[in-house]
Amino acid sequence: MASESKNDLPDNPQKVCGGHRLYWRKNLQLIAILLFIWAFVSFGLGLAFADSLHGILAPLPGTPLGFWFAQQGSIFTFVILIWVYAWRMNKLDDEYFTNGDE
Amino acid sequence: MEIQQWTALLVGASFLLYIVIALKSRANSTGEFYVAGGHVPPLANGMATAADWMSAASFISMAGLISFSGFDGSVYLMGWTGGYVLLALLLAPYLRKFGKFTVPDFIGERYYSQTARVVAVVCAIFVSFTYVAGQMRGVGLVFSRFLEVDITSGVMIGMAIVFMYAVLGGMKGITYTQVAQYCVLIFAFMVPAIFISIHVADWAIPQIGFGMDTPGQGSSLLQRLNGLHEELGFASYTRGSGNTLNLIAITFALMAGTAGLPHVIIRFYTVPRVRDARTSAGWALLFIAILYTTAPAVAVFARTNLIDTVYTDGQFQSHESMPEWFKTWEGTGLIQHEDHNRDGLVQYVGAAAVDGEGQPIRNELTIDRDIMVLANPEIAGLPNWVIGLVAAGGLAAALSTAAGLLLVVSTSFSHDLLRKWLKPDLSDRQELMAARIAAGVAVCFAGYLGINPPGFVGEVVAFAFGLAAASFFPAIFMGIFMKRMNREGAIAGMVVGLLFTAGYIVYFRFMYPELDNAEHWWWGISPKGIGTLGMCFNFMVAGIVRSMSADPPEEVMEMVEQIRIPEKP
Repeated sequence: MASESKNDLPDNPQKVCGGHRLYWRKNLQLIAILLFIWAFVSFGLGLAFADSLHGILAPLPGTPLGFWFAQQGSIFTFVILIWVYAWRMNKLDDEYFTNGDE
Repeated sequence: MEIQQWTALLVGASFLLYIVIALKSRANSTGEFYVAGGHVPPLANGMATAADWMSAASFISMAGLISFSGFDGSVYLMGWTGGYVLLALLLAPYLRKFGKFTVPDFIGERYYSQTARVVAVVCAIFVSFTYVAGQMRGVGLVFSRFLEVDITSGVMIGMAIVFMYAVLGGMKGITYTQVAQYCVLIFAFMVPAIFISIHVADWAIPQIGFGMDTPGQGSSLLQRLNGLHEELGFASYTRGSGNTLNLIAITFALMAGTAGLPHVIIRFYTVPRVRDARTSAGWALLFIAILYTTAPAVAVFARTNLIDTVYTDGQFQSHESMPEWFKTWEGTGLIQHEDHNRDGLVQYVGAAAVDGEGQPIRNELTIDRDIMVLANPEIAGLPNWVIGLVAAGGLAAALSTAAGLLLVVSTSFSHDLLRKWLKPDLSDRQELMAARIAAGVAVCFAGYLGINPPGFVGEVVAFAFGLAAASFFPAIFMGIFMKRMNREGAIAGMVVGLLFTAGYIVYFRFMYPELDNAEHWWWGISPKGIGTLGMCFNFMVAGIVRSMSADPPEEVMEMVEQIRIPEKP
């Protein structure tokens, strides 16, 4: 189990802290991009623009696009977003904390 | 075999499975009782989270809700899934790194304040109990409808089962029964959905079936349904009813509320590492999405089947010609036909319906939307074992959620109130004993609420989400992402968010229900969506108060730095 981590600071905090800052900034960037997509498909395509997209039948031949995003597409997108985040961040963890695995 | 025998067999077999798991996974320490020792593999935790999250409401009520509200029902689909994105990106990994047992733990330590901890405990207990009452009620309903036991005995049986694995095994027992319950509930939901999809749309995958052109009809299922809605004077199925801002506010409140609900968050404390918390959220939403993308398809099939039954070839049908299931459910009072014009026909119409001379037509049929999923197999004429399966699935959904919530209640008492506040000298063994007793008492109290439900369960659920969105979500978010957020700011924000949201809901739902309409709502936002506004106030007040008070202590800021990075290098 992860412990209370006050004592876990490595020997050279200066250098590692710089690395941490970069890691954190990349994390925030990734979060911002993914949350933008999250809001765009759900609040945008699914709700705000749904009415204007009503005439377009896609991606299935019988569903209006806005309705499809509100009831199907947004949920599929959410699943993909979480997996992309997990995949990217787990890679980033390896890059910045090479022996991150106990 | 008869429906009742099949139901008894399938429900009995699933209960036996839960009991065996309960006996195999006894908790021996508080760590095992609270977070299953932190050893749950991410895939298993994903399944457990999905079962934890999908309640009797998701399984029984949601498809029916969407069936009757069409496009506007999308807020529930997006709200109850989109919250997992917030959870996975903004909360779960950091809370896992923090590595304690409960949500009040985090709030208490991050804001170095017993007051903050106690506020969080009270909210957690309130939210969990309001939720549990609905679950126990669901258990009772399934028993009374399918096994013809009365609701009280149904609730008692359900309580006995939950008692066994929650009190003995704590989180360890709950986790592995939830994995089994997920399998039962998803199988039970998908089998009838697939059957009906083949029957109605000629496609085995419901998600595809409901959006294709129906062979031989010349139009798609949704177009046909929209056409029927127009003929009968209902609002369009695929278009929203207007106020987009309100829909957005409701969706957001449900999302932030989902991410802030303690029984969901606590599941992410049970995986071994930070990276497992991320993948486990991915699994959880994938497993949830299977049901949540099927539900809207089931809603469309059910709606079309229902209208086709009462309105065939442009004619309302007579009451005598109604099929068997219609009469069975009429017997329970959940379908009601009042023949206003005494012509013997079942006239099912919407508010805008007019006859040939432009005179309005009165609706004669009232259907309880909760029956759609339960009645669906009968409507589609599926074999008896499918109906028994649906009953077992509904019970799995209700029991798994109830157990997760009861664990939050018991942990809040034994850990947050006793160990961390009132009696800090408690030994691990004593704390474990206290947790078991608290769980036992909570089960009994939940059972009491299930047998004597407070009349306002529906209203209270809006409360639970609103409060979680206006208090927990912002407090945890700021605790992680704003290093300099201090005790004063966080507490002021939580208090303002809570009071505003609770005040708005109480004002419109309990004090002046006659004013509860778009005309009187602030900016047209309904009480269901007001948590979004409460959250904004929380952030604003917290920011202002923070700028006027001292920074948090050095070691707290150090702790925030540590939460942000994965395991020790």
